[in-house]
Amino acid sequence: MQGRHLLAAIALATSLALGACGVGGDEGGEGARAINWYAFNEPGGSYDEAVANCNEQANGRYTINYVKLPNIADQQRELLVRRLAAEDDDIDLMSLDVIWTAEFAQAEWIVPWEGERRSAAEEGKLEGPLETVRYEDQIWAIPHTSNTQLLWYRKDRVDPPPDDFTWDEMIDQAVEKGTAVEVQAAQYEGLVVWINALIVGAGGQVVNAEGQADVNDTAKRAAEIESKLANSPAAPPGMSTNREDQARQGFEAGRSDYQINYTFIYPSAEAIEGFQEKIGWARYPRTDKDKPSRPPLGGFNIAVSAYSANQELAFDAAECLASPENQALSAELGGLPPTTESVYDDPKVQKAFPFADLLRESIDDAGPRPVTPAYSDISLAIQKTFHPPDAVDPDTVVETLRDRIDKAVEGKIF
Amino acid sequence: MEAATTPARTAPPPTKKRKTDRAKAERKLAWLLCAPAVIAMLLVTGYPIVYAFYLSLQKFDLRFPDDKEFVGLSNYADVLSSSTWWNDVLTTVLITVVSVSIELVLGMLIALVMHLAIFGRGPVRATILIPYGIVTVVAAFAWRYAFDPTSGFVFGLPLVPDDWQPLNTREGSLFVIIMAEVWKTTPFMALLLLAGLALVPDELHEAAKVDGASTLQRFFRITLPLMRPAILVALLFRTLDAFRIFDNIFIIQPGGALGTESVSILGYNVLINRVNLGLGSAISILIFLCVILIAVLFVKGLGTSTAQQRGET
Repeated sequence: MQGRHLLAAIALATSLALGACGVGGDEGGEGARAINWYAFNEPGGSYDEAVANCNEQANGRYTINYVKLPNIADQQRELLVRRLAAEDDDIDLMSLDVIWTAEFAQAEWIVPWEGERRSAAEEGKLEGPLETVRYEDQIWAIPHTSNTQLLWYRKDRVDPPPDDFTWDEMIDQAVEKGTAVEVQAAQYEGLVVWINALIVGAGGQVVNAEGQADVNDTAKRAAEIESKLANSPAAPPGMSTNREDQARQGFEAGRSDYQINYTFIYPSAEAIEGFQEKIGWARYPRTDKDKPSRPPLGGFNIAVSAYSANQELAFDAAECLASPENQALSAELGGLPPTTESVYDDPKVQKAFPFADLLRESIDDAGPRPVTPAYSDISLAIQKTFHPPDAVDPDTVVETLRDRIDKAVEGKIF
Repeated sequence: MEAATTPARTAPPPTKKRKTDRAKAERKLAWLLCAPAVIAMLLVTGYPIVYAFYLSLQKFDLRFPDDKEFVGLSNYADVLSSSTWWNDVLTTVLITVVSVSIELVLGMLIALVMHLAIFGRGPVRATILIPYGIVTVVAAFAWRYAFDPTSGFVFGLPLVPDDWQPLNTREGSLFVIIMAEVWKTTPFMALLLLAGLALVPDELHEAAKVDGASTLQRFFRITLPLMRPAILVALLFRTLDAFRIFDNIFIIQPGGALGTESVSILGYNVLINRVNLGLGSAISILIFLCVILIAVLFVKGLGTSTAQQRGET
């Protein structure tokens, strides 16, 4: 018990320290009917509107209180983990990045969706996002928003890529044209997104269904592509520290004609006169010529906290927040792709995403990142092994990665 | 640490005579007066340290609460046998030694300027202290953006090659981290040294001048030796701080990428990111032991130098 008190004290102290990040003053509603939803601060305002919609529909049964978290996923996770470890009952609902499901479920921080709740969570959802809420034959959250990366290119400068466009061809073409390929290669989760997509694109995986290391030559293939780009003239400046936003800036500034990135770059390009018309899109490039690509899968699911005092109301609120109408709102205002298939046919969504069909296809064919409670350990292992990009040695990478993942899974240092 | 040892050191050297009643009563009073502080220290620092040590003997991962078990010292064995730990120790020592050395030299120069400034003393001292008043995270962001490949102003300066990308290499990143550290904390060093300078009696300088000693000779033969305790205290504070470096690295090269990982970043990764409380606590305790070792070495040096000053050798 004493340990829990200490953790609670640490959580309190840190949340006070984090006050400047927006966690402080406006959090937590009082009264039995308040449902506190911890989710990232959606800059488009769609979450605020969805909360208002749901509160109106609930007609006084509950009031959702949207507690805004930092926009960086790692920071959201840290904050949630700290609070949940201290059994904080202030959290009723939380938006979980697709990669956290297994970890939170294994730690018994979230409760499964069973019976009718399960049907409600699964209803009409695309297969990719559904896979991210499954762990040990149960459903642990309701898919809310999804995300995937596309290949964006400058229509006015390069030819439209063919259907079987590979990474090798893209890098060669960029070198030939004297332009660059924007990727996310800083040492953070974005690098794992890239490496994982390259590995599953070659038919491989990092860990198997039992959560054990299962690394083969597909990791070498991924390292070859990474190293080839990093050591070619097509490597963008600052590649080893670039994240999504540096990639967007590089593309908008015209230093590169190819960019691998999420869909937010499209609405963002509106700020530059006439730039949107120059942007073309295509499916994520292939690792191997003969295998269709497996685009990365991102997004957020809404889970109910195990420490919530109002779990039934929380389930209701989560279903409302993730309803097709509110998903359409998130797509329209926040540029977040829906998880419910039918929402893609909504005219508003079609208007927000001129590439809606490609998006739906990519999300459906996506290759998820490993589903394992030790995900954050494995992610760190991948990050350390594949960084810095220009120093990765394809010949030793399989051995190194296997060794680190073994240690990560055993809870050892690496 | 310091709180416990300093009073004993500065107290008059114990006489060999038997203690009088009055001395005994005074000693008792001293303990009573210290008690609240000692109790508060035990509560806020003692308990967490003991608890961390207790955790470090367990296999305890927040995600696998059922697997919790007592494993003795195996977490320590795991950390001490890994190359990651030793690489990080080397990186930390490198950052500490280089940044504290630069700070000492710069701090001494600045302290001399502050000490010798004839007019505008107030403004000079205030200006020099500004960097120390800035939040470390803010300062770290300023340095990161200054060297950012897309927006950094540094690359527009004369003499800086346009294609230089320090944040893309280990050496460059360490350079920026050390610069940020030096910029931020040199004023602190200067302030402590200034206090030491003020202790050097003017008469000695005048006497030396009469004997024909040059300015440099007076600095090295009179000022420096007399300042030794002040220098040691300044070095102690800064070395302890620098060894625990976290925020600058966290901001300038997030995650300790490109081989800039310090021991504190490693502890953070294991404790907060991997929520492995057992292994993470072992790292914390090891960092704590390193810090104690540094403190003991310095306090020992400090003890001999104050003893020398009192002529006890």
